[in-house]
Amino acid sequence: MEMKAGTIKSEEKSLAGYTVIWKEFKNDKLALVSLFLLAVILMAVYGISLMKDVEDIVKVDFLSIYMPPSGEHWLGTDYGGRDIFGQLVIGTKNSFTISLCITTITAILGLAAGLTAGYFGGVIDAIIMRMIDFIIILPLLMFVIVFVTIVPNYNIYAFILIMSAFLWTGKARLIRSKVLAEREMDYVHASQTLGTPHWKIMLVQILPNVSSLIIVNFTLNLAGNIGLESGLTFLGFGLPESTPSLGTLVSYATNPDVLQNKWWIWVPASVLILVLMLCINFIGEVLKRSGDARQRRG
Amino acid sequence: MWKFILRRILGMIPQLFVLSILVFMMAKAMPGDALTGRQMDPKADPERIAEQRVQMGLNDPVHVQYIRWIKNIAHGDWGVSYTHKTRVTEVIGDRIWNTVYLAFGTLLITYLLAIPLGIISGRWNDSWMDKAITGYNYLGYATPVFIFALLMLFLFSFTFALFPAGGSVDPYIEPGTFSYVLNKINHLVLPVMSGALVATVTTVQYLKNEIIDTKTRDFIRTARSKGIPDSKVYSGHILRNAFLPIAAFLGYEITGLVGGSVFIESIYSYPGIGQLFVTSVMLRDFSVVTALVMMTSFATLLGTLLSDIILSAVDPRIRIE
Repeated sequence: MEMKAGTIKSEEKSLAGYTVIWKEFKNDKLALVSLFLLAVILMAVYGISLMKDVEDIVKVDFLSIYMPPSGEHWLGTDYGGRDIFGQLVIGTKNSFTISLCITTITAILGLAAGLTAGYFGGVIDAIIMRMIDFIIILPLLMFVIVFVTIVPNYNIYAFILIMSAFLWTGKARLIRSKVLAEREMDYVHASQTLGTPHWKIMLVQILPNVSSLIIVNFTLNLAGNIGLESGLTFLGFGLPESTPSLGTLVSYATNPDVLQNKWWIWVPASVLILVLMLCINFIGEVLKRSGDARQRRG
Repeated sequence: MWKFILRRILGMIPQLFVLSILVFMMAKAMPGDALTGRQMDPKADPERIAEQRVQMGLNDPVHVQYIRWIKNIAHGDWGVSYTHKTRVTEVIGDRIWNTVYLAFGTLLITYLLAIPLGIISGRWNDSWMDKAITGYNYLGYATPVFIFALLMLFLFSFTFALFPAGGSVDPYIEPGTFSYVLNKINHLVLPVMSGALVATVTTVQYLKNEIIDTKTRDFIRTARSKGIPDSKVYSGHILRNAFLPIAAFLGYEITGLVGGSVFIESIYSYPGIGQLFVTSVMLRDFSVVTALVMMTSFATLLGTLLSDIILSAVDPRIRIE
C-alpha cells in the first residue's frame, strides 16, 4: 500500500516537472531557438551521415586541392582534396556522439560514487572523498595527453575511458553534497525505520530528489566535453585520425597559410563548436531554472 | 587556525605519495628509457649497453628503482632530456619564467576586467549594462580557449598585423635593455588577452551572484536605514564580503592557468612549459614529460593548499569540518 502511494506521488511530480520545463522554454526565446537549432543540427548531421558514405568523404582527390567553396564542394576542400562539408558532418557526429558517451559514463560513475558516499557517510564517504580530492587536483590536460600517448592500441574507446576516468569526480562531489542534506530528511528516516533496503532508498527515493541537479549538470558537462574533446583533438591527442572530429578541422588552422587564406576549412568547424556549446548551455540554463523555483520566470 | 593549516599539510603527504607512485608508473609505462637512443646507434655495442643498464639499475626491482627515483628528484636530478641533450632542469628552467609571466599577466587582466564588470552587473542588476555583461558571460562560457585564441591570432596578428604571431621575444634584441622588455610585453599581449577574456567570465559571474546575494541581507538593510549613502554601503559592506572569497580563489586560479597554458602556448608558439610539454610528448622525450607532469601536479597541490588556507582565514566556518 505504501509503495503504491509512493509511486503515484512520484508520477505526479514528474508530470509537473515537464510542464514546468516547457513553461520555462516558452518564456525564454533564446532557449527555444537553441533547442530548435540543436535539434536541426543533430537531425541533419545524423541523417546525412546515414545516407553518405564515409569512405567517399575522406577519399583523397589530388585534382581538387584547397578548392574554395563551390556548387560541387559546398565548403571547399582541404589539402587532400577532401570535401570540407562532408568532414564537418562526420566531425560533428563523432564529436557529439563521443562527448555524449563520456558525459553518460561520468554521470553514472559520479552518481554511483556520490550516492554511496553521501548516503552511507562515515568511512565509505571518507575513502571515496579522498579519492576524489586526489583526482581533482591532477592537471587534467597533461594526464589525459600522457595517457593517450602511452596506451597501446589507442582507439576511440580508449579515449572515452581515459576522459571518463578523470571527469567523474566533479559530479560525484556535487551529488554527494546534495545527498548528504537529503539523507537527514524525514522520509529517509521513515523508510529506514520501516526496514527498506538501502539500495531501494537510494535509487527509488533519494535519486528522484537529486534528479534535477543531475540533469542540469549533465547538459552543462555535455557542452564542456564537446569543447574539451575538440580541443584535445586540435592538439593532436584526441580522436585518432581515422575518426575526424570538429577539432581535426580546426587543427588545420595551425598552418598559417590555412589560417590566413583558407577560411572555409577552419571557420565553419569553429563556429559549429561554438553554436553547439552555446545551444546546449542555454538549454541547461532553462533546466537549471526549472529545477529551482526561486529562479523561474514562467 | 594553525591546527587547520597543520592538518591540511599533513593531509598532503599521502596525496604526494600516491601522486609520485602514479607518475613513476606512468614513466615506466612510457616506451623506452635513458639508453633507447643509444640502442639505435649501429656503432654501440649491445653488450656494453646491457652492462650500462645494469649499472644504472634499470634491471633492479621496481621498488628499488622507485626509491632511487624519489631520491634523485629530492636532489633536483630529473635526468637528461633526449632531444635537448641537456639536463631536464635546464630545459625547464629556460622556459618556466615565460609561463610565469604569461600566468601573472593573464591573472592581472582577468581581475582588472572581472571586478568592475562584476560590480556593475551585481549593483545595477537587470539594467542594460547587466544584460550586455551577461551576454558576454554566456559567450565566454561557451567559447573554448583554443578557438578564441585562434580567432585572436587571425584577427590581430594576421589580418591587422598589430601584434607578433608567435615566440616570446624577437631574436635580434639585446637582453636587459628597455626595448627588450617592451618587445616581451608586445609578444605577451595576444596570449594574455586570449586567456583573460575567456577566464574572466567565471569571476564576473561569481562576483555578481555574491553581490546580489549580499544585497538583501539584514545587515545591509540596517546599514541603509541608518542613512549610510549607497556608495558607502557598497564599498564598505557589500564588496568587502564579496571580495574575500575571490581573493581566496587565487590559488585555484593560478593552477587553472598552468593547465590552460597548454592551448595558448601551442597556438602562439610561446616558449613556455605548456608548449614544451606538447612538443616533448610528440617527440617522445619522456624524461621532460615526467618532470613536467610531476612539477605541475605539485604546483597544483600547493595552489589548492594556498587557497584553502586563505579561505579558512577568511571564513572560519571552513575550519570546522
